[in-house]
Amino acid sequence: MARRKRKLGRGVAIVGTGMSAFGIRPDVTNRELFAEAFLEMRRSVDKEFDPQDIEALYIGNCGAEMWESQTAIGALCANEVGISPRPALKIEDACASSSVALREGIMGIASGMYDIVAAGGTEKMSTLSTNWTTMALACGSDTSYEGAAGFTFPGLYASMATAHMERYGTTHDDMLRVAIKNHSNGALNPKAHFPMTIKEVMKMRIAKAKEKGTPIPSWADEMAFLNDPRYNPVIAWPNTLFDCCPVTDGAACILLVAEELATDFTDTPIYIIGSGQASGQNLHDRDTLTSIPAATIAAQQAYEMADVKPQDIDIAEVHDCFTIAEIMAIADVGFFREGKEAAMAAAEGKTARNGIKPVNVSGGLKCKGHPVGATGSAQIVEIFEQMRGSAGARQVTGKDIKLALTRNIGAHGTTAVVQIYERRQ
Amino acid sequence: MKEKPFTIAAFEGFLQEKKLMGSRCTQCGALWLPPRPICLNCKHDQMEWTEFSGKGKLAAFTVIGVGPMPMIDSGYNRDNPYCAGIVEVEEGPRISAQILGVDVGHPENIEIGTPLTADFVERGSWHFVEELAKNKKTYLAFRS
Repeated sequence: MARRKRKLGRGVAIVGTGMSAFGIRPDVTNRELFAEAFLEMRRSVDKEFDPQDIEALYIGNCGAEMWESQTAIGALCANEVGISPRPALKIEDACASSSVALREGIMGIASGMYDIVAAGGTEKMSTLSTNWTTMALACGSDTSYEGAAGFTFPGLYASMATAHMERYGTTHDDMLRVAIKNHSNGALNPKAHFPMTIKEVMKMRIAKAKEKGTPIPSWADEMAFLNDPRYNPVIAWPNTLFDCCPVTDGAACILLVAEELATDFTDTPIYIIGSGQASGQNLHDRDTLTSIPAATIAAQQAYEMADVKPQDIDIAEVHDCFTIAEIMAIADVGFFREGKEAAMAAAEGKTARNGIKPVNVSGGLKCKGHPVGATGSAQIVEIFEQMRGSAGARQVTGKDIKLALTRNIGAHGTTAVVQIYERRQ
Repeated sequence: MKEKPFTIAAFEGFLQEKKLMGSRCTQCGALWLPPRPICLNCKHDQMEWTEFSGKGKLAAFTVIGVGPMPMIDSGYNRDNPYCAGIVEVEEGPRISAQILGVDVGHPENIEIGTPLTADFVERGSWHFVEELAKNKKTYLAFRS
């Protein structure tokens, strides 16, 4: 098959981003969450900007049918934010929905069809009980075979963890180090679902015990707390509660414009220079259980289009729905070797905010939260702020962030999107 | 003789007869479990049904306390967890299945590589709508 180097028909830049507060948001629906993100996106545009100039809307959403009994939310969102009758497209690819939506928006501009589009995602998940939400998420597996076997999402990633442990000697403590790191980042993110370090979680548990008059727990350190099954129970062995991202309501929105218009909106646009997307197989059908092949392919596409290498990337937001997922992610995108090197990266501080390769400085899905259909675009919100030096207390310092990467996974790796971003000014 | 179509329903029909059936590509000989109508290896679409021995070994696993609804309705919960795993059958392919006869109380003692034999369990269907969820079906399991 003839293979040519893929490129965009014309350049595309990000000139504004917005994100709703992440967490349990009982009083709002998907469209209202999206409007919150959209309004913040509007305010984030540095120069004059008329929302009526938006020519199309691309919305990622995984399961409003299940969580809200509401279909066709694309048009509802467009109407809510006042841009009807512009075309609105809802895209579903499980947890990669909004990255895929954004990519479609990029291609809408790159094709010449549009100059200005909004893309993002929204997910309202807290409506259903834990049991039904577990079921709704597991609908992203191959339900005829994986669901039929009793697999849940924590369970599918837990299986990858057991394979990783068997093959590379990875330990559960290696996985928990990812949680400690991402909570330490997310503690500085005012929009995070759980903006606290693991040490702060421990203090909270102690305070709660005092308040209730129950025996006051004590732990030598964070690892002792995380290894205490009374406070960190198993969800799907070896995944414990703190290996898993929370169930979160939230939305994010990105304003994309044709490259030649970018400086009409801001003096510091962020350019999308690499974009890759791949589809993958059921876990049991893959040649490997210790990496996500679709993500490796998507990363290769993105690096090739951007003409950069993994070592050139300054920071990254990767899909850490479970701690093992970050360990696999940083290998799939070529930052670390698959196996022990990737498993030890968090413990050795390499992926910390001040490490050689900061990963998930937003707090990641693990701490910031994972409103599944919004996650991909929320990763880009963090990248945009970090690259423009506006990330506040969690700003990565001592590094001029010129190149950044996002890696977003749909389901357990049946969709993967990897993108690379550049700041030129 | 015309082969039964290589569908999920046909696979499930065989499970009901306690048979583990997959497809074999008549062009390149590749074996597919679960069955497929199109060979991923040579893209040929002439398959034939083939019965698998039901022998395999555990390739990856988890022990789950909070399962999807069909498992909850079968009585599984935090106090009564179950094992789900990826099984590599002796003919080569891998498939997902509930794993029976392993020490779910001590998952750290469950070993990858454990020899397994196919088994068949009945439970409700995967569906959000109750009237469909209550339809019982036979599902694949493997037993240590």
